[in-house]
Amino acid sequence: MKLTLWTYEGPPHVGAMRVATGMKGLHYVLHAPQGDTYADLLFTMIERRNHRPPVTYTTFQARDLGADTANLFKSAARDAYDRFHPQAMIVGASCTAELIQDDPGGLAEALDLPIPVIPLDLPSYQRKENFGADETFLQIVRALVRPMTRSEGISCNLLGATGLGFRHRDDVEEVTRLLALMGISVNVAAPMGASPADIARMGAAHFNVLLYPETGESAARHLERVCGQPYTKVVPIGVGATRDFIHEVAGLTGVSAKVDERGLRLPWWAASVDSTYLTGKRVFIFGDATHVMAAARIAATEIGFEVVGMGCYNREFARPMRAAAKAHGLEALITDDYLEVEAEIARLQPEMILGTQMERHIGKRLGIPCAVISSPVHVQDFPARYSPQMGFEGANVIFDTWIHPLVMGLEEHLLTMFREDFEFHDAAGASHHGAKATPAPEAPVERAEASGGDVSARMNEPVPQTVAGEPVWLADAEKELRKIPFFVRGKAKRNTEKFAADKGLGAISVETLYEAKAHYAR
Amino acid sequence: MSLDTPARGCRETPVLKQRGQREVFCGLTGIIWLHRKMQDAFFLVVGSRTCAHLLQAAAGVMIFAEPRFGTAILEEKDLAGLADANTELDREVARLLARRTDIRQLFLVGSCPSEVIKLDLARAAERLNGMHAPHVRVYNYSGSGIETTFTQGEDACLAAMVPSLPATTARELLIVGALPDVVEDQMLSLLADLGVGPVRTLPARRSSDMPAVGANTVFALVQPFLGDCHAALERRGARHLPAPFPFGEEGTTAWLQAIATEFGIPRDRFEAVTAAPRARAQKAVAVHRATLADKSVFFFPDSQLEIPLARFLARECGMVPLEVGTPFLHVALMGPDLDLLPEGPVISEGQDVDLQLDRVRAARPDLTICGLGLANPLEAEGLATKWAIELVFTPVHFYEQAGDLAGLFSRPLRRRALLSQEAAE
Repeated sequence: MKLTLWTYEGPPHVGAMRVATGMKGLHYVLHAPQGDTYADLLFTMIERRNHRPPVTYTTFQARDLGADTANLFKSAARDAYDRFHPQAMIVGASCTAELIQDDPGGLAEALDLPIPVIPLDLPSYQRKENFGADETFLQIVRALVRPMTRSEGISCNLLGATGLGFRHRDDVEEVTRLLALMGISVNVAAPMGASPADIARMGAAHFNVLLYPETGESAARHLERVCGQPYTKVVPIGVGATRDFIHEVAGLTGVSAKVDERGLRLPWWAASVDSTYLTGKRVFIFGDATHVMAAARIAATEIGFEVVGMGCYNREFARPMRAAAKAHGLEALITDDYLEVEAEIARLQPEMILGTQMERHIGKRLGIPCAVISSPVHVQDFPARYSPQMGFEGANVIFDTWIHPLVMGLEEHLLTMFREDFEFHDAAGASHHGAKATPAPEAPVERAEASGGDVSARMNEPVPQTVAGEPVWLADAEKELRKIPFFVRGKAKRNTEKFAADKGLGAISVETLYEAKAHYAR
Repeated sequence: MSLDTPARGCRETPVLKQRGQREVFCGLTGIIWLHRKMQDAFFLVVGSRTCAHLLQAAAGVMIFAEPRFGTAILEEKDLAGLADANTELDREVARLLARRTDIRQLFLVGSCPSEVIKLDLARAAERLNGMHAPHVRVYNYSGSGIETTFTQGEDACLAAMVPSLPATTARELLIVGALPDVVEDQMLSLLADLGVGPVRTLPARRSSDMPAVGANTVFALVQPFLGDCHAALERRGARHLPAPFPFGEEGTTAWLQAIATEFGIPRDRFEAVTAAPRARAQKAVAVHRATLADKSVFFFPDSQLEIPLARFLARECGMVPLEVGTPFLHVALMGPDLDLLPEGPVISEGQDVDLQLDRVRAARPDLTICGLGLANPLEAEGLATKWAIELVFTPVHFYEQAGDLAGLFSRPLRRRALLSQEAAE
């Protein structure tokens, strides 16, 4: 038993729903109690879908448990077929139905429906949403794909995009455009957008592009084994990764790696002098492993940030995640407990967070700007405009997205120059944000009180700021500290305290503050 | 607005009952508002990752604020008997209470999986009370989907508190049902002006204000979904004051009248206290009546608020209900509202969502009241919708909110009119 307040991933059957809802002509019959239908609203509200997810729930109640839940499943499956006439059906159980052991696969097979019926075995008490999506896609591919003659021109399948995915809609389009520049066509993009009939012709592709390892890797491996299709290992998020991806595809197919880069703006936007202020900004990165590893590379080598911490919530990718963190000289934080993530962010006091909607809330609490780079998603992660993460346009979008939460470059300079002006001061926050920014907290202890006594702040047990033996701020130094703009104040405070502690100083004076500043000058 | 009953109400209308897929929330959802109402309470769901995800999704779409609720997620080892679930629960509760010393009431909330594996939370609550009393009072109730539908979670929660309420022989009025604080204050002020008292509320905002109950207690319900709590209070000897529910000017007046009659409040005093707010409510509703009059409305089952709301829309806003679906029809509580709802609509209980969608598509109502899972798909089919969940989360009771309540229904229609101007030009 584990106490959980917020979760990064839903149960595995929600992963199966992401596959089913992304696809066309597929229906999911889910043995589940009343109430599990809440999952529909993830798709209709967060993703603004204009159709109900293609899911029939048996919605059994207590009185059914004593009677015949198996028959309830059979009639639900038969009615779903008669009403929706899908090309194929997936059947399975949610957590509660798993306990009553009705065997949806066997029951559905006994109905003898004239379409493929694919049973799913998703262990609800061990695994989570990403596993559910990956496994469901694998089972669909395994059931429907057979080796076949390759297409005449060079073509590939795009693997892993699902319903409710972070920017999946636009990534598929951007990568399709990128491949078209190389003269390669897309045979099938799946699961999202594909029908079971489309899945059945995936064998015609020459190779596979694995967009999202979290939800498509098992299918990619299966297709490699059964259809002899190699798959790409580089996920094209960021300039460097996109160029590597192009070379990888060129290597697999023999086409030229020369691609028109005229639409790519990130490198000049990062090199132009306004971006100087981004240099060495300390960022903490957390999310799914694929997006975090890509973001760390972009942050360090394409924007010029300093990555001070990184990690992921999906343990399945702990190994590559740890290796990637090591390359940045860090130890990866692998956890699905958001309290641990919050504690780590509070400890590191980064100047920016690249995270999920969960980290956005942590950032809001701690007064640290945050850009969202990964699932779990919220309604604002489905913008009306075209905004991929992958390919060259994806890199442009990432530059804008990451820079937006920060105080603008020239403004940051001006705030520093005029920092004692009574009208133009930093407490007003970034001028392009409507709401008045909350100044960075002086001490985490105050924060815990200000947040209304929430459980998370207390469960973090924030490091007390006035521990015996730690340096004490003298009044003048504290006053001087407040003159430092809020977006660097946290760092200055932390650096000065560390400097004082390292020197064995009992008190921090204005002198100490500036000595520390000189010491840490970059 | 007249208090006359229509020539024929809906009390005798045969109820359409269908069984099939029910597109409704489970009772856990009630935690989202209950934890805000009871500020020294923590709700600990003993369940699965699905339960945690539901609470996050239901809350995440709306608030995502500091949680005073959490889920103890059952894992493989709990199910396989490798770990003693009770020991695990005791450990998690001890850890929680050590961190949150402000918690005075802890609700262990049963879920579908905890019920299927027959985890006895009543005994667990008893055991934990032994360990943590008197600082913390531990209760248990079921919010599972196999036992409860949406608002029934609040019913189960309040009913669970009734047996341990202190006894009293005082003649007191008990108001039952969670209301936003601002609305509760308005109600208490109206009752005080009428000269009714003492008045207690269940739930109380803090555990130290918990009401007492006994044979001289009379109680009024402010929410129509409190059937179990109603029965539990009657078992304690309290007497219910049946009345229409306090939605709209008419409902509020009738509800107050039932209390005034019980407490022998003179007619002129009742008039003096209610005249001004009644006039305000009528005026506020009239603004929206212009948009709503003669428009048809179709309710999918959701919160059990459907019948009183249909009564309000039909009688005060001039709408024409076509179907009024409710997850569960408690005739004893709903009778006064059914009497007032003019004959005509289909009254349905339970759900087969696909068949009900066939009916709504055939009826093409001007406004459809439904859950979040159906709203956008129906909008895409050209039907104007109102999310039912907003009716539970928004202050809608009593006089001062009558206009806001009507506004919840008129806004989707006004919005459609605004957005269609482009097409009309």
